Amino acid sequence: MPDLSTIHIRPTRGWAALNLKDLWLYRELVFFLTWRDIKVRYKQAVLGIAWAVLQPLLTMVIFSFIFGNLAKLPSDGIPYPLFSYAAVLPWQLFSSALQRSSVSLVGNANLLTKIYFPRLIIPFSAVMASLVDFGIAFLVMIGLMIYYQVWPTLLMLWVIPLTLFALITALAVSLWLSALNVLYRDVQHMIPFLTQFWMYASPVAYSATLIPTGAWRIIYGLNPMAGVIQGFRWALLGAQPPDILLAASIAIVLILLVTGLFYFRRMEKTFADIV
Amino acid sequence: MSEIAIRVQEVSKKYRIGLLQTRNDTLRDVIVSSYNRATRRGNKEQPLNEIWALKDLSFEVNQGQLLGIIGRNGAGKSTLLKILSRVTEPTEGSIDIHGRVGSLLEVGTGFHPELTGRENIFLNGAILGMKKREIAEKFDAIVEFSEVGQFIDTPVKRYSSGMYLRLAFAVAAHLEPEILVVDEVLAVGDAEFQRKCLGKMSDVAQQGRTVLFVSHNMSAILRLTQETIVLEKGKMLMRAPSPQAVDYYLSSGFSQLGERTWAADEIPASSAPFSPVALRVKNAQGKISDSLRSTEPITLEVEYSLSSAVTGLRVGVYLLSTRGELVFTSFDTDEGELYEKYPTRAAGHYISRCTIPADLLNEGRFVLGMNASSFRVKRYFQDEQALTFSVDAAGAPGTQWPEPRLGPIRPRIQWKIDKVKK
Repeated sequence: MPDLSTIHIRPTRGWAALNLKDLWLYRELVFFLTWRDIKVRYKQAVLGIAWAVLQPLLTMVIFSFIFGNLAKLPSDGIPYPLFSYAAVLPWQLFSSALQRSSVSLVGNANLLTKIYFPRLIIPFSAVMASLVDFGIAFLVMIGLMIYYQVWPTLLMLWVIPLTLFALITALAVSLWLSALNVLYRDVQHMIPFLTQFWMYASPVAYSATLIPTGAWRIIYGLNPMAGVIQGFRWALLGAQPPDILLAASIAIVLILLVTGLFYFRRMEKTFADIV
Repeated sequence: MSEIAIRVQEVSKKYRIGLLQTRNDTLRDVIVSSYNRATRRGNKEQPLNEIWALKDLSFEVNQGQLLGIIGRNGAGKSTLLKILSRVTEPTEGSIDIHGRVGSLLEVGTGFHPELTGRENIFLNGAILGMKKREIAEKFDAIVEFSEVGQFIDTPVKRYSSGMYLRLAFAVAAHLEPEILVVDEVLAVGDAEFQRKCLGKMSDVAQQGRTVLFVSHNMSAILRLTQETIVLEKGKMLMRAPSPQAVDYYLSSGFSQLGERTWAADEIPASSAPFSPVALRVKNAQGKISDSLRSTEPITLEVEYSLSSAVTGLRVGVYLLSTRGELVFTSFDTDEGELYEKYPTRAAGHYISRCTIPADLLNEGRFVLGMNASSFRVKRYFQDEQALTFSVDAAGAPGTQWPEPRLGPIRPRIQWKIDKVKK
């Protein structure tokens, strides 16, 4: 007889334990679902993976034209295309991770109702899948930097923790939203507005220096993506370093993440019945 | 090998019907209903909208046992399998499972149409709980079993439905959990493929693994399992050696002397606007009966109502032998004349009738099922085993010899004997 592990099935009441060990046991499934999302994304599109480059590039061109050329917004002395691309890069990572992940549970309803696996895998792998587009778009950033002859410094390494932080922020928010979306489909109609609003609340198309100091500045600094975007411009282009308020936004994201995890685990047992 | 693999103790599962029917509830609905609840203060919460899909179910399964589970639609079979495979949680009770559980609640779960056969094997394998290394080892065997070899690098959306199913089952069949939970996977595919699947399932059992098998196919249950549980309304009616259980289920479980009626709570919401009223078997004298003579015509009657007009509706019956073999399928608009007369059936109350000619069926018990659907649009209602009736062959051709004649039909065929010169 092989060594058989015993599974105990009991109704859980109230708050469930996080059981992150389970997530580790199913790490290969995370890999496969992430891989599926990436693989499928640009199937039957003539331009295929080129879209990963075109999307941020076209956004950058539009921003440069409207905000740089027409509105002539200041860009901290950095060429506007470079200035906006450095922001579009982390922003698109964050917004695509958030959007995909928030609808991921409903989108995978057929899996939820048929197979057991830790449900956290689904929003988690949806967030991870956004990394590939980001990686490809990042190569364009390097190309732009070479074109404008901006030479990176060791500060560039800060991009790694900043990217991670953007992903964790997306995950923290989408844990709440994906679980809520199972119950209330309103969430998926709300998400486009949420991301649009969030984009204007972040220094994607403009410089953070435009925000007046004072109370507004504090509220603004608490937006985790404001810190990430400023951080990207700082690490890649040597703009002003992010606000000290970034520390406070890290705390907020961690709270959101932990409560999101527990809320998700609490709702998890009902997903298969109501999705 | 009498160690216990699964122990189910007093498991119950409650569903709130209200929740199920308005499941895509929007915030607005929630606000409206909580407002309604607030203004109805003092009224006690009504337990009417709760149903127990399972109630105090207890049983044990030994290691290496093949256990069948049968029951009518809504008896709680699927809920039980979902709980065992941890897709959903029980409301009460406990289950201990010794070993890894593989569940086949539906083949091809997680297949992605855009991915190739090869990619889907890996993806589906991972979803079913296989390790990447494990899948790679079994890859060739899976491809061979599925017989889709040359199309393995084609996206599965270009597959025929048969190829798709074969590949899906092939992946699932190569799963090697200690406990396998299977729901109706054999109801799909052609006869050849079904045979192959059944063969694979009995191999699995011979390797000493535990299999729980839910099916409407009585012959599959009889072939595969030694013991069977009969579920009805969330409770276990009996657990017995399979032939006895199948016999019990087919004969006493739901037949009320040649008539099956449907109460409002037995009709799923998804069948609207169609709602079945009754299915009847009548003898040559026009009396409802469950024992008929093969030498007389038998009338089948489906009574139903439509709450709104349905386009392309066809209401029909399946006749099966108690071994689960299909004898025939027939719909009320099969004939061109009626088909043209009823392109759309208006709302109202209907009876569709047909007559099985005399001297067609053999003796034995038959199972009658019904189906109401619009071809390729929607299946409104289906009950594969709505009722049973028995046919007596007294006076049928060949009864001068007291020997059983095999086969579900015993038609009166005109013979001629000529003496020919050599």
